[in-house]
Amino acid sequence: MTTEISDAGPSEDGEPTRRDFIHIFAAVTAAAGAGATIWPLVHQMNPDASVLALSTSEVDLSSVSVGQAIKVMWQGKPVFIRRRTEAEIAEGEATPLGALKDDVARNDNLSDKVDATDDARVTASDGQARPEWLIVVGICTHLGCIPLGTASGENRGDYNGWFCPCHGSHYDIAGRIRKGPAPENLEIPPYEYLSDTVVKIG
Amino acid sequence: MSHPSTYKPASGFEKWLDDRLPIVRLAHDSFVDFPTPKNLNYWYTFGGILAIALVIQIITGVILAMHYTPHTSMAFDSVEHIMRDVNYGWLMRYVHSNGASMFFLAVYIHMFRGVYYGSYKEPREVLWMLGVVIYLLMMATAFMGYVLPWGQMSYWGATVITNLFSAIPLIGDDIRALLWGGFSVDNPTLNRFYSLHYLLPFAIAGVVMLHIWALHIPGNANPTGVEVKDVKKDTVPFHPYYTVKDSFAIVLFLILFAAFVFFNPDGLGHPDNYIEANPLATPASIVPEWYYLPFYAILRAITFDIGPISSKLGGVMAMFGSILVLFVLPWLDTSKVRSMRYRPAAKMFFFIFIAACLVLGYLGGKPAEGSYVLYAQIATAYYFSFFLIILPLLGFMETPKPLPRSISESVLKTPKPGGATPAGAQSAPAQ
Repeated sequence: MTTEISDAGPSEDGEPTRRDFIHIFAAVTAAAGAGATIWPLVHQMNPDASVLALSTSEVDLSSVSVGQAIKVMWQGKPVFIRRRTEAEIAEGEATPLGALKDDVARNDNLSDKVDATDDARVTASDGQARPEWLIVVGICTHLGCIPLGTASGENRGDYNGWFCPCHGSHYDIAGRIRKGPAPENLEIPPYEYLSDTVVKIG
Repeated sequence: MSHPSTYKPASGFEKWLDDRLPIVRLAHDSFVDFPTPKNLNYWYTFGGILAIALVIQIITGVILAMHYTPHTSMAFDSVEHIMRDVNYGWLMRYVHSNGASMFFLAVYIHMFRGVYYGSYKEPREVLWMLGVVIYLLMMATAFMGYVLPWGQMSYWGATVITNLFSAIPLIGDDIRALLWGGFSVDNPTLNRFYSLHYLLPFAIAGVVMLHIWALHIPGNANPTGVEVKDVKKDTVPFHPYYTVKDSFAIVLFLILFAAFVFFNPDGLGHPDNYIEANPLATPASIVPEWYYLPFYAILRAITFDIGPISSKLGGVMAMFGSILVLFVLPWLDTSKVRSMRYRPAAKMFFFIFIAACLVLGYLGGKPAEGSYVLYAQIATAYYFSFFLIILPLLGFMETPKPLPRSISESVLKTPKPGGATPAGAQSAPAQ
């Protein structure tokens, strides 16, 4: 055995040598440097400051009449706001949880995952339920199409809410998925009432 | 196939260059004096056709990029500007958009040919896998290119496909936001798709070079599946035999191409893409380009939850799985006989497989409701069974027909049906 070669490997008693330490230290430093270099290259693709700055929308509800629904834009996505009739509210409240495909409220205003009762679907960030107003993100949870049923005369599906024409998902009067391939209820965005007739989404 | 170089520098300059960079030698040995099986039929011309298709796409694409504006407020108008104002802009755009369809038409024939003749089998597994990589890159490139005109199908196609990534558990939504650069498909999405659409064709060109390199190590397979045994008897030089044959096929292919460009330029597109993108209105039915329809049908065929896997995630897994399964095809097919010409049972299942792919393509363009869903489920089941059950089992169960002893024998004497089996013919290829 030559001293030069034995210097490169572990020492005879199996203890790491100074060279092992240098190798590991160099590799770890290079990996950390590579990670720090790659992160900006990836993170530049995430939503930028100008996109994030437009992340809330204020909507005046005073012109919406009972039974009517409107479509507003929030973060580049449509939001459906429906002023429900007494009969529609009753229909939503009468639906048993067992009849739902997705029994989670999917309400960003509620901190925990609560059951998808009609009340939980119309609760604003102040914790108060306003059954007259249903506010949902108008994007099918299947593959992101815009469901029909907001404008009058459109197909509202088998459950009197919304119908997605792309792959046939049916949502009920509380925006809950009842039939079709979509896995989840329509998402409810965070929103708060600035006054009785003005709501801020986002 | 590796062979001694026959290149002789013709001039002092060529000799000087050859000593420093033997690039002319490489081209000569690869495309002039390359020994090629003498029995290649016209199904083997699609490699050359695809090379031409890639060149056409890159040239017309670079030109279109000179006139196109990647911004949501101007993209749609800039495409109309290309169509109406730019000199020959209509020609460039129609060649580019139909070129994508022709590219996929050729690649599908090329792939089916590879399956039929068992081209992916040892020693050509890496060659085949590089081909699958090229195909995946083609799909990504074509998808992003279709978004650029910013029509309704562009926008909603992009929305549906990027939403597929949200099916990934835990990190799906973050990946989707990363792809979008926002909360929906919008200007940042259009910009990055434009950048990548310009980049990926050059990545394809790079992998094509690896593909040709991997082809030239073992040399071409051939319709008999019997390897070259005697270079003198079994092969002819690539030039002029296959340069001429490929050129003739390319001319026929370009006639079909031109027929679409000049007589039915929008026939393969969707009329809704002449409506500018509108994030507030979904088209009545979102349909991808024809070359994605079979995979779209597989995506939508999974309408049921599989244990903890939701129907949405299951559909996405089935769709990607239908392509990824091609990577392991060389190991799924257990038959020692390469060509299905000598595999009567495999041949039958292969043609049913083609029919299943066509049926899936038809169903992908139909609404996902009623019996269409059931048919798509049956065809999807066959698609996966072909790779995962039929091909692995057939290798053990099927009795192949006798193979010719060599390529030259198969060309010179076609054995009469029912005639005596030539002595030495076996059901396994002699190496």
